[in-house]
Amino acid sequence: MKILVCISKAPDTTTKISFTDGDTKFDESGVKYIVNPYDEWYALVRGLELKEAHGGSVTTVTVGTAEDEATIRKALAIGADDATRIDVKPEDASQVAAEIAHFAKEGAYDLVLLGKETIDYNGSQVGGMLAEHLDMPFISLAEKLDVEGTTATLDKEIIGGLQTVEAELPLVVSCTKGMAEQRIPNMRGIMAARKKPLNVVPASGAAKQTSFEKYALPAPKSAVKLIDPNNMDELVELLHNEAKVI
Amino acid sequence: MSVLVYINSNGEKIAKNAFEAVTYAKKIGDVTVVTNGKADDSMLSQLGKYGASKVMVDRSFEGIDEQQLTKMVATAAEKIDANTIIFSNDLIGKAVAPRLSVKMNVGLVAGASGVPEADGTIPVNVFSGKAYGYVKVNTDKKIIALLPNSIPVEETGSEAPVEEFEGNAGESRVTVKETKLPEGDIPLPEAELVVSGGRGLKGPENWGMITDLAKELGAATACSRPVSDSDWRPHHEHVGQTGVAIAPNLYIAAGISGAIQHLAGVNRSKVIVVINTDDEAPFFKAADYGVVGDAFEVLPRLTEAVKKFKASN
Repeated sequence: MKILVCISKAPDTTTKISFTDGDTKFDESGVKYIVNPYDEWYALVRGLELKEAHGGSVTTVTVGTAEDEATIRKALAIGADDATRIDVKPEDASQVAAEIAHFAKEGAYDLVLLGKETIDYNGSQVGGMLAEHLDMPFISLAEKLDVEGTTATLDKEIIGGLQTVEAELPLVVSCTKGMAEQRIPNMRGIMAARKKPLNVVPASGAAKQTSFEKYALPAPKSAVKLIDPNNMDELVELLHNEAKVI
Repeated sequence: MSVLVYINSNGEKIAKNAFEAVTYAKKIGDVTVVTNGKADDSMLSQLGKYGASKVMVDRSFEGIDEQQLTKMVATAAEKIDANTIIFSNDLIGKAVAPRLSVKMNVGLVAGASGVPEADGTIPVNVFSGKAYGYVKVNTDKKIIALLPNSIPVEETGSEAPVEEFEGNAGESRVTVKETKLPEGDIPLPEAELVVSGGRGLKGPENWGMITDLAKELGAATACSRPVSDSDWRPHHEHVGQTGVAIAPNLYIAAGISGAIQHLAGVNRSKVIVVINTDDEAPFFKAADYGVVGDAFEVLPRLTEAVKKFKASN
């Protein structure tokens, strides 16, 4: 089974968010980048587990510049066989999806896995876009994925519950919590990753369809109003009359 | 301007986020709603109240298959020459809107949190609720996926005519084997009130305090990551950066310290109440109302207070 896992970098979850250039750019100074947790913990690790069970290969693909190579090496250290970086700065989801689709069409992958969203732009767009480009079904928010022959069985989140679905490969699957357990790369993996192929390919030149013109931070919260723990009637009264939420 | 809104009408009733999407669309132009399935005309015509001029329904298929819905919405968009297509950014919108964006070669704004600004940019929620971005669409037409619970529902009209149409949805390539909808639970992503518990509750056997309060309020229940990781509660209840992001009117957190990753999932809540024994817990900085005290004592007291309030109102 040939598995492609889309990997994106994202600011570490503890990053303090600020903007520069008149609030038109995300301030990257001092920001530590990690592999987007959904891509790493769920998509990549499930891809590796399927390879371990059924044989085959796990390739990662990233749209990004040379700065992304540290996070790509981490994915290799966790266990991917090889990686490809499409050499262009990612501008928006439509560009990223078009670039990955252009690359993936050549590879005849049985499964294309990615996280349900990145934790910076939270767009949750690339998976669906990629599926349309590749004319594959898109199983979104999958918590469970098993493959038997050429048939995949998945549990996916639906509004208010869970659905078990079945589909023939190839498929695009966006992965969420429950899919797999996080794997911490060991020293052997980190050493091996240095020798694994990290191919750099030129971009196809897909255009972006959207652009971020400016950013703003939410208004700071006013100070918390403390309520006497023995007087919950007061809290209920405030929630009703002041906050007007009950 | 012609605006098309996709709504899901496959359930017993139409969900509030569908009314939000229609309300939002009404602020942009003349609204046509497209949907599929067997919902009664009388249920669909109610969408007129929120601003729909017309409802188009494809009766030839049921369900929420993303490839079928993409084709149907594209057919409808062409038919009415829609300039803007609106989805709710729920689990269906997140699967269908990106596909449609590629199929129609139209820019998508995912996670919109408000109506377009005077300069045409659309506000979206980014960095897990820690900031807003303003997005410009570079194509003539646009698709907007609206975050649930970002705008209030407004009633502006009366009933809308319902007409059947053929959306050329094709066949589904995905077979649904089983659908599990836990009975009686309020789905977390669309809940207006949420009661949530963390490690401070010490174990799953103590969750009765959370569910009692939730029941009294008519709220959904949620939890922090350590709680779902320890299997005290199911994964789908985990709110936070790597769980569900929610935006209820009221979020009550008991025994949760408020790590930045947890806040990322709940910081769009309109009002936050924090109950914690530790007055230094970082969550108090993000809270509107704080109770420094033991959740084991405070929660039952709060449940009683809500009961009393409901009896007298």
